[in-house]
Amino acid sequence: MSFYKPSFRHPSAPSNELGLTTKAYEGGVSTLCAGCGHDSISAAMIQAVWGLNIEPHRVAKMSGIGCSSKSPNYFLGKAHGFNSVHGRMPSVTTGANVANRDLMYIGVSGDGDTASIGMGQFTHVIRRNLNMMYVVENNGCYGLTKGQDSATADEGSKNKKGRANPFEAIDLVALALDLGATFVARSFSGDKDQLVPLMKAAMSHKGFALIDVISPCVTFNNHAGSTKSYDHTREHVQAGAVLDFVPMAQEITLDQIKGSTQKVALHNGDSVRLSKLSDNYDPTDRHNAIRTLLDHKAQDKLMTGLIYIEPESENFHEMLNVSKTPLNELKQDVLCPSGAALKSINEGLR
Amino acid sequence: MSPVNPSNQINRAPVLEPVINDFVVKFANVNGSGSASANSMFAKAIFRMGIPVSPRNIFPSNIQGAPTWYEVRVSDKGYLGRRGGQVELMISVNPQSMTQDVGEVCPGGYFFYDNTYPLDFNLIRDDIHYIGLPLTKITNSNFEDPRLQQLFKNIIYVGSLAYLIGIEFSALESIVIDTFAKKPKLVQPNVDALQLGFDEAKKAFANPLPLQLKRSNKNDGKVLLEGNAACGLGAVYAGATVCAWYPITPSTSVAEGFEKYAKQFRVDATTGENNFAVIQAEDELSAIGMVIGANWNGARSFTATSGPGVSLMQEFLGLAYFAEVPAVLIDVQRTGPSTGMPTRTQQSDILISAYASHGDTKQVLLFPATPKECFELTADAFDIADRLQTPVIMLTDLDLGMNEHICDELVWDDNRRYDLGKIMTAEDLDNATEKWGRYLDVDGDGIPYRTIPGTHAEKGAYFNRGTSRNEYAVYTENGADYQRNMERLEVKWASAPKHLPKPIITERNATNAIGIIHYGTSLAATHEAIDELSAQGHTANDLRVLAFPFHAEVEAFIERHEHVFIVEQNRDAQLKTLIVNELEIAPKSLKSVLHYNGDPISARKIVAGITDILENQDTSANVA
Repeated sequence: MSFYKPSFRHPSAPSNELGLTTKAYEGGVSTLCAGCGHDSISAAMIQAVWGLNIEPHRVAKMSGIGCSSKSPNYFLGKAHGFNSVHGRMPSVTTGANVANRDLMYIGVSGDGDTASIGMGQFTHVIRRNLNMMYVVENNGCYGLTKGQDSATADEGSKNKKGRANPFEAIDLVALALDLGATFVARSFSGDKDQLVPLMKAAMSHKGFALIDVISPCVTFNNHAGSTKSYDHTREHVQAGAVLDFVPMAQEITLDQIKGSTQKVALHNGDSVRLSKLSDNYDPTDRHNAIRTLLDHKAQDKLMTGLIYIEPESENFHEMLNVSKTPLNELKQDVLCPSGAALKSINEGLR
Repeated sequence: MSPVNPSNQINRAPVLEPVINDFVVKFANVNGSGSASANSMFAKAIFRMGIPVSPRNIFPSNIQGAPTWYEVRVSDKGYLGRRGGQVELMISVNPQSMTQDVGEVCPGGYFFYDNTYPLDFNLIRDDIHYIGLPLTKITNSNFEDPRLQQLFKNIIYVGSLAYLIGIEFSALESIVIDTFAKKPKLVQPNVDALQLGFDEAKKAFANPLPLQLKRSNKNDGKVLLEGNAACGLGAVYAGATVCAWYPITPSTSVAEGFEKYAKQFRVDATTGENNFAVIQAEDELSAIGMVIGANWNGARSFTATSGPGVSLMQEFLGLAYFAEVPAVLIDVQRTGPSTGMPTRTQQSDILISAYASHGDTKQVLLFPATPKECFELTADAFDIADRLQTPVIMLTDLDLGMNEHICDELVWDDNRRYDLGKIMTAEDLDNATEKWGRYLDVDGDGIPYRTIPGTHAEKGAYFNRGTSRNEYAVYTENGADYQRNMERLEVKWASAPKHLPKPIITERNATNAIGIIHYGTSLAATHEAIDELSAQGHTANDLRVLAFPFHAEVEAFIERHEHVFIVEQNRDAQLKTLIVNELEIAPKSLKSVLHYNGDPISARKIVAGITDILENQDTSANVA
């Protein structure tokens, strides 16, 4: 943990199309534990938003309560953030998003914030296909209250005192697939090469995008016997569909692709390109995605990458048929009926 | 009810003195049978005759088949509160509740029933009059479709009443024409059914009843509407764009009212797109979360709920208070605690609303008493919430929200501009001479300046949070910083009253012997009670509270009166508690008149409560 953030940056740090270096996308000094997976995710967030050439202040960072939910303070310092109440980030984001459809909404939550207290709101924000990126920083435990098991802790995973968790874990990816989520991915905080393009694709997706990121808790859940430790995650991770994000304007070459590739066009003209480690994996096939996920689980493997995408779907703004002009920009002349209109309403009430 | 004594059958029931425009008619129906529209037509016809009328639904928490009542008070003097007591005319269309309904008729009153089948002998009272009309037989011989038989049976009894108590047939006809403006084919069959009822009654009874309606002009400039619809309309006029809600009786029609008027006024003519959003949330927690998210993002947003919803919203209300996010919540109160009586009225969410959430919190409250005030105070609530950057909870109730009430027509001043409060635009941020701080008290009124997300590339962003922070929105656990912020919130609280509607004081007696404090829907009953008390020699002044935090006038009113009564529709004297707590008034100096059986309060109960205390000089709470 550091208390001071040096302001020096390498003079040849690259700029994005807005002429900004990643420095413009940084936030405050993290107060999380040294080595916390969440800090790696914040770093990936900075890379992804910078890489998408989004102006930092056009992002809204939304969170609930917990270690994960503090982390929006550590990236995009020029963006507004809302650290709301435990498990309720989805509702606050829904209201904010409906009020202004022009901002990019990044929701950051944890496994306690999402899979326990926030389970209800998590499921309903998926049903609404709200246009947002929902990142779960998943470490299988409650950090701020000193390491209790969370609902995503795997059955049999040992806590720091050596007690095995007797409960079945909630798999947020499987749940999201079942609920009809239109973009579902899983990643690992230790794999930035995978996480950054996944985030770019998630933010370019017009609809709800979930990234469940296994993010080890170095203080309470990184010991032998834990299934959410760095070691265990590295050993069991299976990059099911490694991906690169391809903006519409610039086709970039993918150097990490090993097998055959598949390109999936996104709504806005961008595309994601996937390397298919398995020849028959099609991320636009929900049935197959669920089956493959279960197969991986049966083999004790952690399936990561872009697991499912439905590029063309009706998002919440479209369902509500709200104006293209953000609702928060509408002025009184548009919003307020006249005194004369009220007179005619009165006539109907006699 | 009076005991039934079959041996007294030969006795003649007393005959009521002829009375014009001053009686109560009650309809006993089966819920889900389509009676509501016929009954509402009855009340509206009286309204159109220019006679003060106050209809009230007394309905079960049930969809179909249970007893439901519609009580209509006609009062030439303009008393619109519930009268209470027995009724002069009972329209009995529900065999299930007949025993109870017979008992509710006053001696000499009339029991109108369907005599297609003989009346149970046990239902015969010798002190009331029975008016039988074969409604089932009439409908069955005139209509073949069973559904139409049911619906027209209701219209037919309204037609009969036109003959019996003198409703102008043209008033009924005009309502049918208005109701079916979009389905003109239905006009004639309904008018025919009214005529059928009128003719059958005339055939059966040589004379109309001594209870008669006579055209008046007391409703000039008045309208008849439900408080909930008025709230929805007020939100449209106030520029609310996001309504997030979860269905709960008796608040549901607020969101429905908003949507109805928004569809009328807020759909872009060219694009067909909505300049509003109505979101049915998964629960009340989510509803208030959405409201807070939208308001934080600079859109006016509100929710409507009832007591159980307010309980669920507590944590979020604390966040909005502490993080200083505007929000508007309309609480249509019902009978608590817990699920209580979901379809009955009460004023019992005062304390949970005033101090909503854990920690040191205080919330702004508004108390409308009429549909016109529902409209006006809803519109004001958005200005107040934006001005004070805090939640505003409007406490209405089932009686006001779900019943039609006569009130002055609604008015909107086209010169009125929304008060969006202290918002820093990009230009303001650029021109600021000193560093902007989200929680800095620049003006000395405790109200800081806020920024809307996405406003400026470099300035004005901050991390909105429920955790402690300093004036520049930087997280802190420094006790002095925390305390300074809490003290600024107190300064803000002290500046609140000047943005809130003042209490309404009516002076009648310079000796200041009796002062009555009331709020919300106790208004009509309290004013009627004051007239009655005055006739008994007890002249009283009254003060109606419209908002919390209280204005100085409330304390001054209490101090200058010898006897102060607080009229409330709850068991625990919640407003009294709030007054005692906030104004440091000696509890024993305030006497309570409490009513909490789920029915709207009546003048009779207020009069009884006050005279009882005055005569016994008993300072303990009087439960009327």
